[in-house]
Amino acid sequence: MTKFMRRAQETGKELAYEAARMALDSCGLRIEDIESVTMGSAPDAFDGVHMKGEYLIDGAGAWRKPYMRNYVGGGTGVFAPIHGWQHVASGLFDTCLVVCEEKMSSCRPHPQAAFLTIFDNFTERPLGPNLVWIFALEMHRYMHVHKIPKEKIAAVSVKNKKNAMDHPCAQLAQKITVEDVLNSEVLVWPVQRLDISPTSDGAAAVVLASEDVARKITDSPVWIDGVGWNLDTAYWTNRDLYYPQYVENAAKMAYQMAGIKNPRQEIDFAEPYDPFDYKELHHMEGLMLCKKGEAPDLVWEGVTQRDGKLPVCPSGGLLGVGNPIAAAGLMKICELFWQLRREAGKRQIPGDPKTAVAQAWGDLMQVGTVVVMRA
Amino acid sequence: MSIKIKEYAGTPLREEDLKQGKVLSIGYWPKAKYNWSAGVAIGRYLAELKNARIVGRQCDKCGRTVVPPRMFCEWCFRPNDRWVILKDSGVVNTYSISHIAADATRIKKPLIPTVIQIDGTTDAGILHLVGETDPKKVKFGMKVQAVWKRPEERTGAITDIRYFRPIER
Amino acid sequence: MKHVKGKMPVNFLYTAGVAGERFLREIKENAKILGVRCRKCDMVHVPPKIYCERCFERLGEWTELASEGQIETFTMCYFDADGNRLAEPEILAVIRLEGANEGIIHRVRKIRDQQVHVGMEVKAVFREKKDRVGSVLDIAYFEPFAR
Repeated sequence: MTKFMRRAQETGKELAYEAARMALDSCGLRIEDIESVTMGSAPDAFDGVHMKGEYLIDGAGAWRKPYMRNYVGGGTGVFAPIHGWQHVASGLFDTCLVVCEEKMSSCRPHPQAAFLTIFDNFTERPLGPNLVWIFALEMHRYMHVHKIPKEKIAAVSVKNKKNAMDHPCAQLAQKITVEDVLNSEVLVWPVQRLDISPTSDGAAAVVLASEDVARKITDSPVWIDGVGWNLDTAYWTNRDLYYPQYVENAAKMAYQMAGIKNPRQEIDFAEPYDPFDYKELHHMEGLMLCKKGEAPDLVWEGVTQRDGKLPVCPSGGLLGVGNPIAAAGLMKICELFWQLRREAGKRQIPGDPKTAVAQAWGDLMQVGTVVVMRA
Repeated sequence: MSIKIKEYAGTPLREEDLKQGKVLSIGYWPKAKYNWSAGVAIGRYLAELKNARIVGRQCDKCGRTVVPPRMFCEWCFRPNDRWVILKDSGVVNTYSISHIAADATRIKKPLIPTVIQIDGTTDAGILHLVGETDPKKVKFGMKVQAVWKRPEERTGAITDIRYFRPIER
Repeated sequence: MKHVKGKMPVNFLYTAGVAGERFLREIKENAKILGVRCRKCDMVHVPPKIYCERCFERLGEWTELASEGQIETFTMCYFDADGNRLAEPEILAVIRLEGANEGIIHRVRKIRDQQVHVGMEVKAVFREKKDRVGSVLDIAYFEPFAR
């Protein structure tokens, strides 16, 4: 992966190249060994390039290769490896290079303006909405149903930004306190500035290979044992926002494939999607890593720290490393890879983690994408 | 494998680098404009708003009445069955207090975006604003009532409802 | 049936990128066109990139190209970007500069009484240094060129 930053000089193609090249170099494969490429990238409107999938082909190593683009908003970063997995698991290809890229800094005055058409032009946009409204409404409902004090949610932001200090690509690594979060500027209550991840430029890439090929490349491959994805209705005001049912559905699909019956016991660590601090908790519950409403207590009690019983977002997550939409989710897959191979350096979780789950989320708060990986 | 990675790529820029031309860049102002069509269901919804009525659609198979209305039930994946005139009151399902405008600049008087569950429906909420109240007084489950524009001011838009205000007991 | 008009209120600012920065600066400062060589594929790419899309190797061998070349293909354009008829048709061509394996697209002007044709020799006409900003339009146009 590349560093994640607010604005990069590199073009989207160059970012994709850096990540793809690094992925190939790290496993010693040449571009000729790659049989197919899948690319995940969120709306063309961010980079400002029409048909962004095609634009990125040469940087993604897909020149004259079978190539597909995939996109489910923020869920893309975990959706892309699922798409790549399909390429290999179907037997059609032995290898697939999965690349995700985003260059949000091209969008002015702020990438948020490109999101405005996510609101219905008739029933919502005339009210003058701002994207943060929908997250604030979801966060508030979650807090209300489970009576969660803001402090417990703020603890997630503190944990992740601190974890990110050990990530070489991090954009917003810093030591902050719960008070800092509670004192930060209120944008749309209950969302405050330090609850949110930044907009970013960046890219990430992973190489997927079939069993035979993988064993030739390395003695310790990491296996994708379960995949799941699920979408809920776009009529978001017709759902009870306190619980991400679509994440649970996606997780069930992935756990069944991976033979996991008791996620809380069998999963050693998790990288749920954390564009906002409350989302990490919301998703932990959707991933059935704890009971509904229990996640805030787990973070407050330190259970989800790197040295806790269930480390969550040891990478530093989106809150600490950055949020170049599609690349952010794939960064979590990279983290699972490095942790399971015990190559995460200063971020390494103690013990012998064997099973982990990564999850991403997005669109109009409606998609859950889940991948289970095992050493 | 990752031991082979020595450095991570990426050249950070500051806004001044671009503004001062230290790094070359080029701008583009898309001239694309859009003409969005309301469709059958929303077309009727808006026409009824002009008459100071909120309407929904009911599906016989699952029994749901939904608003904003659509001509098909996405749960049962079949066309739904009838228009229903709903009350213009409801209950606060979730709310927030916004200090920023659509372009992320700060606004003086905060807005209260709310999902209001319309009376007579089970899952049907609509996005609107709560008004005529101090944001601190808004509560989950609070009963609210639509405040409509005067008939001559209504155009057939969601803003024909100015906002919802709390109903005092 | 009701319609609503609107737009997405965004504009864009694109960086030239690592390769693009060097390419355009050289045009601006020195009126020179650079390409980059890929030894593995035995090709010179222009506009230059930091990687070769064919063999995926990182490229770093920059080389100066001639400002002359041959037309590979061309077209006569009678309308502008908004669909209005042009007073004089504009000739656009893909030009293979000497020393490069790839073409660049640009305008061809001042053809006078010659016939534009594939294979025609043309050369770049640069603006004066004070007018150059670091853009491909720092080359005002290509014109026919007799050796």
